[in-house]
Amino acid sequence: MTDVTTSESADRARASELGAVARFLKATEIDTRMLGMVGALLVIWIGFHILSNGLFLTPRNLWNLSVQSSSVAVMATGMVLVIVTRNIDLSVGSLLGFVAMIMGVTQTVFLPRVMGFSLGDPTIWMIALAAGLVVGVVIGAFQGFLIAYLGIPAFIVTLGGLLVWRGAAWWVTSGQTVAPMDATFRLMGGGPEGAIGATWSWVIGLVACVAVILMLLSGRRQRKRFKFPLRPVWAEVFLGTVTCAVILGAVWVANSYPWPAGTVKKYAEANNITIPEGGLFIAHGIAIPVLMAIAAGIIMTFVTTRTRFGRYVFAIGGNPEAAELAGINTRWVTMKIFMVMGFLAAISAAISTARLNAATNAQGTLDELLVIAAAVIGGTSLAGGVGTVAGAMLGALLMQSLQSGMVLLGVDTPLQNIVVGLVLVVAVWLDTLYRRRVQ
Amino acid sequence: MDQTSTPLVDMKNISIAFGGIRAVDDASVDLHAGEVVALLGHNGAGKSTLIKILSGAYKRDGGSIFVNGEEVSIGNPRDAKKYGIETIYQTLALADNVDAAANLFLGRELRTAWGTLDDVAMEAEARNVMGRLNPRFQRFKEPVSKLSGGQRQSVAIARAILFNARILIMDEPTAALGPQETAQVGELVKQLKADGIGIFLISHDIHDVFDLADRVCVMKNGQVVGTARTQDVTKDEVLGMIILGKCPPGAIPGPGAMAIAA
Ligand SMILES: Nc1ncnc2c1ncn2[C@@H]1O[C@H](COP(=O)(O)OP(=O)(O)OP(=O)(O)O)[C@@H](O)[C@H]1O
Ligand SMILES: [Mg+2]
Repeated sequence: MTDVTTSESADRARASELGAVARFLKATEIDTRMLGMVGALLVIWIGFHILSNGLFLTPRNLWNLSVQSSSVAVMATGMVLVIVTRNIDLSVGSLLGFVAMIMGVTQTVFLPRVMGFSLGDPTIWMIALAAGLVVGVVIGAFQGFLIAYLGIPAFIVTLGGLLVWRGAAWWVTSGQTVAPMDATFRLMGGGPEGAIGATWSWVIGLVACVAVILMLLSGRRQRKRFKFPLRPVWAEVFLGTVTCAVILGAVWVANSYPWPAGTVKKYAEANNITIPEGGLFIAHGIAIPVLMAIAAGIIMTFVTTRTRFGRYVFAIGGNPEAAELAGINTRWVTMKIFMVMGFLAAISAAISTARLNAATNAQGTLDELLVIAAAVIGGTSLAGGVGTVAGAMLGALLMQSLQSGMVLLGVDTPLQNIVVGLVLVVAVWLDTLYRRRVQ
Repeated sequence: MDQTSTPLVDMKNISIAFGGIRAVDDASVDLHAGEVVALLGHNGAGKSTLIKILSGAYKRDGGSIFVNGEEVSIGNPRDAKKYGIETIYQTLALADNVDAAANLFLGRELRTAWGTLDDVAMEAEARNVMGRLNPRFQRFKEPVSKLSGGQRQSVAIARAILFNARILIMDEPTAALGPQETAQVGELVKQLKADGIGIFLISHDIHDVFDLADRVCVMKNGQVVGTARTQDVTKDEVLGMIILGKCPPGAIPGPGAMAIAA
């Protein structure tokens, strides 16, 4: 008992030597790296806002940014697991293209023409989506099997996959674009219809806030149960307040972006509403693809931090041999990771097909690089064992912000690529410096 | 020690080769409940390889393993754990990027009613067992890569004793420990022995071995030189076995004993 008190007072003595900032970070247990990323994102946003004379930080632009980020963000959550286990997946872009074709053909050709479904049948989108998800998981399982059980390096298997699935996508329709998509299916792509509106956005925002508070409380209760050191109350309150403010702020932004006048007019005519003087304000609210991405992020965060599978993923990344000796079936875990990656690529395929309202042959080209870059910028170490889902999603948002910002400024494509490439290298260099300092 | 009862573990005529190297060659060794058997030998003699076959890390080329008199097939570490065989590896085999509790429970995580990881319960349990081994240890939140060599070794030891082992394999468990921690592990060995656990102890410290072990088994170039009860041989005789492969009269010679040995 004396031991405990002395070490506690020693801790306190050390804490008083720390500066105010360090003390704050210690009490809140905020990840400084994550904080750095948020800072970088804000700098980029404000920079573009100034350069574009106030066009960047508008509800309209931020809303579009959120929709454009979702496809890559969804895949980035899975790429974290792949890279954490010292693997890589170069095939996700091609896989997305192939699955998009499958989903496109299923809903435009196979179901209506071959199976005789009437157009607009409410089951069409479900069957098409399910078919795509199954194909994604099966392809992921196949690649995972080659990697885990036959011992072929992931780099090679998925490099092969990059070529194979792109070619296969071409083969499905001999290179023809498939369009248009089922009306319900299209909701997954965003747009005025593909957003949940103001009321539901507030509901979701409030539910999320309540969930955050409950999680903080239950974490605290758990630690109390075992008499572990607790965060100071002010730190808990601070964390809860900031998180809720960010959530509600995001909802507010999404709800400040109105439908375009044309859509409002059509809607008013269809529902016999007379448009008042000065126009009718109908808010978009949160876009459905964004909700899908957030759901993917939450589920994958849960999987990585709270389940056995997630624990094994990190253990394998840290020391594959130790994981094997601890009795973990490392091959099966590896194969499952690639199945998850295939599933997520299929979700992204659904989002991007719905957004384009078409499945094209070039869909998802180079997405693998964006996804890997997002994960790496988000703090996933290519040496394995380190990475977070939230970081990867922030990374995806950061990459997309750069791209959208440059489009807004009228920067031409070659220069855009140069900037994105440089940012990637610089970001990873800064990360290396940071890690060296921390250790 | 009642040497006539069925041994807890009986490894018979075990062989394994890596490429052309016969790392273990026709080695036989047994272990009774409540007994400590020390495995000795020069570097590269095949000690670690022999016990890794028992722990399921390597698949043997030949020979058989009996647990409680019944032949068992141990194909991977999971099989070994099923028979209550726990191992402290020479390389420690820790996942460096996760914390002590995660390492202690790796592969056997505690879970809540919803099937999620019960991290707090695991941390509580970890604090408990680490307190027995290394009471000053406080760094439960940090990845084990940040711990000192001795602290890492304590984590590896704690992991092996956490799950009610019946057979414990300790491959140089005190190599990185300070005198106090080493003494603590010595106490632990005596206590586990009193609980009826059988222990294979690999060590280069001959004094340790004579303090703790009931029998010694010496290997040289993958073969067993001989096995002896510690009270039947002297330290010098054991050194002779290790260095020269000379089997003294108090020992039962194995296939690796020098031809002229009595
Ligand atoms: N995985 C492996 N692949 C190839 N050779 C191996 C492997 N493991 C061990 N060996 C070889 O087998 C022989 C026995 O090695 P082992 O590790 O069992 O020795 P040891 O008795 O434990 O030595 P030490 O006291 O140094 O720990 C050595 O010649 C070693 O080079
Ligand atoms: Mg060894």
